[in-house]
Amino acid sequence: MISLKNLMNEIHQKAEKEAENNAEETSRRAFVKGSAAAVALAPGMMLFAYGSKEAAARPLAEAASDKTRWGLLIDAAKFNDEDVDRCVRACQKENGWQDNGRPKTDAQWIRRVNLHNKKTKESFSLPMMCQHCDEPPCVDVCPTGASMKRKDGIVLVDKHICIGCRYCMMACPYKARSFVHEHLEDQKDYAPRGIGTVESCTMCVHRVDDGRQPACVEAAPPGAMVFGDLNEPTSKLAQLVRTVATQQVRADLNLDPGVRYRNI
Amino acid sequence: MKTVFNLKKHLVALFAVLLLGTGLQLTIDPAGAQPAWMPSPPKALPGTKCDADPKWMRTWHMRKLDHKRDQTVRDGIRTKKFSLKRCITCHAVKDESGKFLTVKDERHFCRSCHDYTAVRIDCFDCHASRPDSKKGQGAMLKNNPHDKTGRSSSLKPGDKTVASLQKYLAGETK
Amino acid sequence: MAETFRQLRNYDNKFNILLLLHVAMIAIGLGAACYMEHNGHIVTGMNNQVVWGLPHVFAVFLIVSASGALNLASASSVFSKLDYKRFARLSAILAIALLVGGLAVLLLDLGRPDRLIVAMTYYNFQSIFAWNIILYTGFITIVGVYLWTMMDKTVTKYNKYAGWAAFIWRIILTTGTGSIFGFLVAREAYDAAIMAPLFISSSFVYGMAFTIWVIITMCQATGQRLLTSAISEKLRVLMIIFLAAMLYFTAVHHLTNLYAAEHIGLERFILCSGSEFTWLFWGGHVLIGAVLPMLILSNAERGSSHFGLISSSVMMIIGGISHMYVIIVGGQSYPLSLFPGYEVSSSFQDGQFAHYMPSMPELLLGLAGISIAMFMTGFAMKLLPFLPTPVKEQ
Repeated sequence: MISLKNLMNEIHQKAEKEAENNAEETSRRAFVKGSAAAVALAPGMMLFAYGSKEAAARPLAEAASDKTRWGLLIDAAKFNDEDVDRCVRACQKENGWQDNGRPKTDAQWIRRVNLHNKKTKESFSLPMMCQHCDEPPCVDVCPTGASMKRKDGIVLVDKHICIGCRYCMMACPYKARSFVHEHLEDQKDYAPRGIGTVESCTMCVHRVDDGRQPACVEAAPPGAMVFGDLNEPTSKLAQLVRTVATQQVRADLNLDPGVRYRNI
Repeated sequence: MKTVFNLKKHLVALFAVLLLGTGLQLTIDPAGAQPAWMPSPPKALPGTKCDADPKWMRTWHMRKLDHKRDQTVRDGIRTKKFSLKRCITCHAVKDESGKFLTVKDERHFCRSCHDYTAVRIDCFDCHASRPDSKKGQGAMLKNNPHDKTGRSSSLKPGDKTVASLQKYLAGETK
Repeated sequence: MAETFRQLRNYDNKFNILLLLHVAMIAIGLGAACYMEHNGHIVTGMNNQVVWGLPHVFAVFLIVSASGALNLASASSVFSKLDYKRFARLSAILAIALLVGGLAVLLLDLGRPDRLIVAMTYYNFQSIFAWNIILYTGFITIVGVYLWTMMDKTVTKYNKYAGWAAFIWRIILTTGTGSIFGFLVAREAYDAAIMAPLFISSSFVYGMAFTIWVIITMCQATGQRLLTSAISEKLRVLMIIFLAAMLYFTAVHHLTNLYAAEHIGLERFILCSGSEFTWLFWGGHVLIGAVLPMLILSNAERGSSHFGLISSSVMMIIGGISHMYVIIVGGQSYPLSLFPGYEVSSSFQDGQFAHYMPSMPELLLGLAGISIAMFMTGFAMKLLPFLPTPVKEQ
């Protein structure tokens, strides 16, 4: 006979120990990423990581700081329609939203935008989501402060105090936000979303805090999406932004988005 | 003066009625047992330890949850202590068919007291009210308050649950 | 000249029926709000493209009207036009009632109306929306105090100050409401500072329309004359001036947009695409809401008659709702320009004109907002002396 109580006590102790080790573990993981250009996780699956401070997880108890400015560089030339759709599906799977067949009211955190140049007749597509502006209009207009920018530049909705007024959706130049029109159940525990509140791309903040990359970045073709810290000069992202021609969508609005594009 | 006197009289009468009512309620129930009208939330997973004294938590859990939610969303502090997820991990209960109950079921661990006090729970409009069953988090044992046999304190070594727990301890699963 | 006021007594039974109808409308509207809150906004016509629908149209219309309803009170206290003092109390209570009606609709259309306490305890002072919450509650307080100085002889000496405060506050309030639609840089329809003066001039028109509606309803209910022919004449001229001012700002708004090359697409969409907004703009806002009332009012005899005043008021109210619909829904229906020079399409209706079809619950909620305002005003008349004594002249 095994005492259930003893078994449970052991489990509890182990769980606590794991929690304590978590911070250590994540920084170790970041170190592994930093030292190698690419780490093979499984056959046919590679995790690309660049620079020393790429996606380094903070200790669990440490608040996000403004020393970091998370950003993304999206190379439109490396995407075809199917690639973009794969990113969309990865986001859906990760964050638990889906196409319910009601395109007018269904949430879309990330979407495929098809562009057709009227003059050159050239057509291509790219992924479009919250651009994580440094001067976000949605944060400006929110009456309660639910629409917020984290110190590290990630723009989020604090659904705890969102009253569902939808003024942020009026203010967003990128149509990045969706309103939850109906009751939801069994959301992902790291991506809560619910009726009557506004939501948008979180840059997979739960992954970023864990030292991982956003789901869409992992699903994108190699090099098509580069995630990293714009404030860290040695990061691949900062190097690229410094050296290649990048574009901001609606740059005329001076919102300084964290998401940049190439080859539009 | 007259109105004041009347008011007092009424208050005394009201108090007496309330007292009488309470007394009747108490006498109806068998001695020693908790009155049937009191909430009886299901017990947490045996062997687990709460982040604070359970008595204190019963009264003040909302403060801790509020504080924790602001820390997590606004600052990105992701410690596990006092997080809603952690509450659910130990307190979630399964029904007869072995599925975790959602907050729609009145046997859900939050419902009993919240129904009793008529306090609406806001959390589960956005948060899942049960652990993700695929990941196997949360109570791994049947812990149904309506099923008295589910709380045995010892198990046989060959039991499936015990085997999975031992595997976890051995580090084979997460 | 000392004015005497009275409570509403000895009225036609039809007035009670009218009040009951308003109560029924309010009950239906609240039911509709419960239905929407219970099921979520999926049961409305609103969607991720047109996020503000009919309830906002009604709410903004009522809030703008509230500020304008204070016209007659301001005229007597601030501009010393003592002829209007008879209607100062009525005009102030109507202003409060209209604002309450508008706020009720606005609140009940939130995604989380149950979080009213959050809206009142968390403020982001950068947000014009948050400022508006303060402006609205402040308006109710200040006009309440203003009413007090009108009705309590011991504080009459402060009436002038309260009148000024209320006047200044109402101008700020309408500026604030207009600014909600004035500084959204990304939306072509809502990037014009002229929205604030446009809203102020509109508020004069819609507020006057409601005031006249209430005064004439009171005449009907009591069977007595409340308007002297001199006041009727003045009201007639005032309304023409206000209508002209509103048309002027509407014209300037659209002409400046036409002057800016990048806004021509938007103006074409609103003014001549043949969409519902074209019809509502020209037919509702311009024709029914301004030109026809001006034609009726321009004739001195017809325009100052009860019939002339009430028919033009009703038209102005219909025009006002059309006007707000064009601004609020029309502005959102025009697609955002994400990539200038490109044709854009997506599963999220990028690059398309958005479609919005109002649903019945939204309409019922909006109408209930008007009923709240009207019921509050009518019921207040019974409770306290807001009503002027009848005029003696023939």
